[in-house]
Amino acid sequence: MTTDSSTNGPNNKDKTLGDALRSQGVSRRSFLKFCAATASMMALSPAMIPKIAEALEKARKPSVIWLSFQECTGCTESLTRSHAPTIENLIFDSISLDYHHTLQAAAGHGAEAARIAAMEENYGNYLLVVDGSIPLDNPGYSTIAGISNYDMLMEAAKGAAAIIAVGTCATYGGIPHANPNPTGAVSVGDLIKDKPIVNVPGCPPIPVVITGVLTHFLTFGTLPELDHIGRPMAFYGQSIHDRCYRRPFYDKGLFAETFDDEGARKGWCLYKLGCKGPTTYNACATTKWNNGTSFPIESGHPCLGCSEPDFWDGGGFYKSISIPTQDITKTVVYTAAGAVAAGVVIGALNKAKKSKMASSHKKMTIDDLGK
Amino acid sequence: MTHTNSAAAQFNIQIGDNLTWNVRPLLHEVKHALDNLINTGETAIIDLRSIPLAPGEEDKILNTLGRGEVQSQLNALGPSEIFETEYAGVWIVTHYNEDDEIIGRFIEITTMPAILCSQNEDVIAAYNRLSENLEDNRETNESVVEKLS
Repeated sequence: MTTDSSTNGPNNKDKTLGDALRSQGVSRRSFLKFCAATASMMALSPAMIPKIAEALEKARKPSVIWLSFQECTGCTESLTRSHAPTIENLIFDSISLDYHHTLQAAAGHGAEAARIAAMEENYGNYLLVVDGSIPLDNPGYSTIAGISNYDMLMEAAKGAAAIIAVGTCATYGGIPHANPNPTGAVSVGDLIKDKPIVNVPGCPPIPVVITGVLTHFLTFGTLPELDHIGRPMAFYGQSIHDRCYRRPFYDKGLFAETFDDEGARKGWCLYKLGCKGPTTYNACATTKWNNGTSFPIESGHPCLGCSEPDFWDGGGFYKSISIPTQDITKTVVYTAAGAVAAGVVIGALNKAKKSKMASSHKKMTIDDLGK
Repeated sequence: MTHTNSAAAQFNIQIGDNLTWNVRPLLHEVKHALDNLINTGETAIIDLRSIPLAPGEEDKILNTLGRGEVQSQLNALGPSEIFETEYAGVWIVTHYNEDDEIIGRFIEITTMPAILCSQNEDVIAAYNRLSENLEDNRETNESVVEKLS
């Protein structure tokens, strides 16, 4: 992975992926193997392998600028800790990662200068990757080199060909956005309306989904087909529930009631233990984690629904989705009033929760997690 | 090298019979693809990662198909294992990365998986390389002959 812009001379960037691979002594047979793994990774039909080979052969290195805002670096960890070095490296060898403040060698003014230089040199053509949400209440909550997240995003977005929002924080606000949203966190899509945005949610997203979107751009020069909330259909087109190997137990009405009962031991459906699989769209059930080893449900834990907006406020990870998320009578009163002024009411509901939490200022215990 | 992928044994996951009911339909798909290969010569590839399978079900498919007369191993960006099953024309192609982790597993219905064939680009590169080597050797030999004379 190239993180130092000084090593990317114009000649290096003009090289096609095919040229780069051949100069590294990668045979055509190895390249075909890479394309087969790529097709599988992008959930494309194996019949597409020759087309992927033809397109990747001619692909040129795009400049990528990666901005990290209110986040935990879990998304970057997910990507860089994935244990498929050869294939992932080939993808990353084929982009020019010009700015990523966690990964790059440069720091301080040098790092910011690299970002500015990459933006100017590739104006209108670079890919902007963002992880983390953007605080609007007070710009001082999160800054980089003294620049607020909002200002940096708006400046970098201007010259971007497209934006890839990585992780649930960048896509839908994520954990910073959870009630009572103390920093006024918003997503990239809340602020940018005039650029194509691909949402790659997940807390964190599956690494191959991140590289899959980059590879799709490299392969076809376009962004993938998206669903109604901006997610690539190839990875988020089907619910966890529909692709879950425990689905037949759901259909038969066989459920684990606790984590140590007979149903849990027999691998029955985790719906009653709070599984959000039926309302969650992601590729975990087929792509799986740790290079295809397993996914949470396979390890006996319900899906948390981390690729869905507001998953943190879903009413409890261990409460079945058939149970209402909050006191229905209270919500109904607010909703009736909300028919007149919905925005004001939602604000009031959040404000009440916010001030209640601030005044009591309690630390959360493990028992609270189940409430 | 023998690669096994028995997640069920490793993690003590309970395996029920017919968990997803995907094993038999998939084997029927293989049968239909084989029929197609016989009658039209058309090949087919099935990506095992695209189908929901419970722990142990992939092993069930592989055990049903068994191992036939041909086994081969590639060493291209990590190992790959390619073998013909007991059913001629049905091949299992498994690609690993350099850490021996599976990055793709396919059932190919064909007389010869394409990745086993020498690729045109590699053949051309091989011709050029061999020609250069022979040219180098000729120059070296000539200089030796000159010295001797």
